[in-house]
Amino acid sequence: MRHGWLGLRIAGVVAFVVLIAILPNFLSDFRASEFARVGIFFIALTGLQILTGYTGQISLGNGAFMAIGGYVSAILILGRPGLEASQLEAPSWLPVGDGMKDIWTIPIAALVAGVFGFFVGLPALRLRGLYLALVTFALAVSIPLILREPETLTGGTNGLNLFGTTEDRLTGAIDNSVHIPVLDKDLTFNDWTYYLAWSIGLLGLAVAWALLRGRPGRAFRAVRDSEVAATSSGVSLASYKTLAFAISAAYAGAAGALLTIVSTIVTPGSFPVFLSIQLLIGVVIAGLGSLVGLFLGALFIYYLPVGIQELAEVGSLPDGLQDAAKSPGMPSVIYGVVLILVMFVLPRGAASFLSKVSFPLTKRL
Amino acid sequence: MQALHGISLSVDDGEMVAVLGPNGAGKTTTLRAVSGTVWRRGEVLFDGKRLPRSAERTAKLGIGHVPEGRGTFSELTVLENLRLGAYTRRNGVGDDLDRVFGFFPWMRDRRDQSAGTLSGGEQQMLALARALMGRPRLLLMDEPSLGLAPLIVREIFAIVRRLNEEEKLSVLVVEQNAAVALESSNRAYLLEAGQVALEGPSEELARNEDVRRSYLGY
Amino acid sequence: MAELLQQVVIGLASGSIYGLLALALVLIHRATGVINFAQGEMAMFSAYIAWQLVQWGIPYWLAFAGTLVVSFAGGVAIQRVVIRPVESAPVLTVVIVTLGLLLIFNGLATWLWSGEVRTFPANRPFPTRTFEIGGVVINVQDIGIILVTLGLVGALWAFFQFTKAGLALRAAALYPDSSRLVGIRVGWMLAVGWGLAAALGAVSGMFTAAAFPPLEPTMMQAVLIYAFAAAVLGGIDSPGGAVVGGLALGVFLNLVGTYADDLQDLGFPIDLEGLRLPVAFVFILAVLLVRPQGLFGRAAVRRV
Repeated sequence: MRHGWLGLRIAGVVAFVVLIAILPNFLSDFRASEFARVGIFFIALTGLQILTGYTGQISLGNGAFMAIGGYVSAILILGRPGLEASQLEAPSWLPVGDGMKDIWTIPIAALVAGVFGFFVGLPALRLRGLYLALVTFALAVSIPLILREPETLTGGTNGLNLFGTTEDRLTGAIDNSVHIPVLDKDLTFNDWTYYLAWSIGLLGLAVAWALLRGRPGRAFRAVRDSEVAATSSGVSLASYKTLAFAISAAYAGAAGALLTIVSTIVTPGSFPVFLSIQLLIGVVIAGLGSLVGLFLGALFIYYLPVGIQELAEVGSLPDGLQDAAKSPGMPSVIYGVVLILVMFVLPRGAASFLSKVSFPLTKRL
Repeated sequence: MQALHGISLSVDDGEMVAVLGPNGAGKTTTLRAVSGTVWRRGEVLFDGKRLPRSAERTAKLGIGHVPEGRGTFSELTVLENLRLGAYTRRNGVGDDLDRVFGFFPWMRDRRDQSAGTLSGGEQQMLALARALMGRPRLLLMDEPSLGLAPLIVREIFAIVRRLNEEEKLSVLVVEQNAAVALESSNRAYLLEAGQVALEGPSEELARNEDVRRSYLGY
Repeated sequence: MAELLQQVVIGLASGSIYGLLALALVLIHRATGVINFAQGEMAMFSAYIAWQLVQWGIPYWLAFAGTLVVSFAGGVAIQRVVIRPVESAPVLTVVIVTLGLLLIFNGLATWLWSGEVRTFPANRPFPTRTFEIGGVVINVQDIGIILVTLGLVGALWAFFQFTKAGLALRAAALYPDSSRLVGIRVGWMLAVGWGLAAALGAVSGMFTAAAFPPLEPTMMQAVLIYAFAAAVLGGIDSPGGAVVGGLALGVFLNLVGTYADDLQDLGFPIDLEGLRLPVAFVFILAVLLVRPQGLFGRAAVRRV
């Protein structure tokens, strides 16, 4: 890395962090909650980027890992008393306590999802390309159904509602005020979720960056580029491939937990197939292997469906489109059309375009 | 990657022309440029008219290309390969089959055999027969001798020579085996590094000092 | 025993539906190397078109044929307009494009025909009455579905084996470069492949609407997964395998559903009835692990 570039890069990173930090001051409360969700997508995308962008394993199932993280978090927050209050029950062999503060459930959710991801990564070793896409797609379709089954634990189709929980476990959700002792400031619930999501997002990004710079990163790229070369240079394919799955699942699990905390409810419908599809779209839009592009990817997948609807409400579309855009189904169509057009114009994602304008945070092979 | 750097060659009606040269000289690319398989800058005139830039339409105009490596449809049968050769033709396919079986009698007996199970020489003959099924006016052959025993090579060139003499089939053949190519052809070009180094009647090239030393081995 | 046979027939009928969609998937994969994630939604859209034609007063079987023609044309158009531009793009890009198509067809169907429950008129395509042979009760509709499917598959096979166009299609899919040299317009052949696949999907969709009413935008989502499973079981490039795989899967899943209660009585911890989809998923996984090329596929050598 040449010194000139290094300075620019650091400046860019600092600018980005500062931007994230001060943004809520300029955003309405509602927008802050939207941006929190963009941040949640960002976290899940970072994980998927490691899996698909770096080791080249296509996953259409990361929404399933988010679902696991989300449910783990909800169950832990509720605890046995909370579950009982909803006429539910956790089996005695599950290490569910009496209720946990929401923030601490995030790393646990990530861990559990990560373990799950590891076990998915094992059979995935024998699958490649489109077969892997198929299997993970089937996983994404199946998980919401599987989560409905153990009704006494997961609440079936109704899911788990966190609202009945006591204040000290759900930060700020009930009185809409969070006090930050260090800065002696009070935040609204939405602002707090924004900061929580983006702190974790930036932390996750930093971890990913460090990982990808080091030996694991080189190994990941070796796996993607040429399996033959990777094996012959001593890289153990299997361990890195499953590691990538585990890591991406962990990120997704954290994102899922965050989503549950932010929504204060989790149902099988919170993690539909479309979510997994959106994640893959986000990574492709970002550009495979690009960490910088992920921000754009997260914005794209969050705002496209929302934006179409909002444009329709506000009335800034030409008349014919106006009515159409509001009717059910049209947003989907517009989304699909935009997606295809973007793929025509930028088949390699934003990164290919960005790299001419700026540069990725990690050195791209 | 640009393989040819300005070449010009011609084949007269009923002529058999050879293109010789070392590996990487651009011989295969020349043929592909004619048949429309690769992008080219410049024009190819066939019968005074410009050839289209797509391989499919070029084939329809009567140019048969026997590609490098045979290009037979391995999973299909011998008969299916031949029928596909006549794809652009509307009628008379039955007669064309008889004609081809006349040149290669063994194909009649083994018409239901999968093309992939044929020997190298048989596949080369099948590729040639397939091109003939289209009743081409110009036959393009790319390295027909590659990987084949000398006896089979002679057999194939003998058939092509026969077609050229009896039916006035124009032939442009690219070959590494300069000896057999110069023996069968009227004229030849020597291609080196994407350009024409030498051209003239085949007998003259066969007597040329440099050609003899580099390509004929003596 | 009678019960078993009855369930087998029912399973074969739903298996026919899976097999048709699986065949569509295989056709496209063979022709263009792409897995069309939108195949189910396209099939669903075709079923809606059929319904609409019937609503407009067109007799059912005429509407059926009309839908096939429209779907075929649609498939050709999609290949030329949407898939060709990304032909040489990385695999993931093409995956995203087919996902985009999925969203478009799903959205269009919701937009055009939203809301009320829609069903085809009674006894269409086949009478829903039952008859009995030697104690086994069989539904005419199931037999109809199975026979039409077998007929279609047979016709398709004959097309590929005995016609010039079918031969050209096979060649174009396997050896595009050599095919061009004999004058085959490979691009259009691939488009025809997509057209045929869309038509097969349309049949699958129309039968699904008949066998599992009502007609709704989500109706083919599960069928798509089952079709994937069937295609994988048969070997992703084997058309015959896709059909056989579909039939086998249909029977298997139906038996699992039927005897799920009995299994639970025997101590099996989970109620499998509602879990047919995940069962199919585990099934896909198991086949891919044990025999990645499926029952009828060719093993690809992978040396690493």
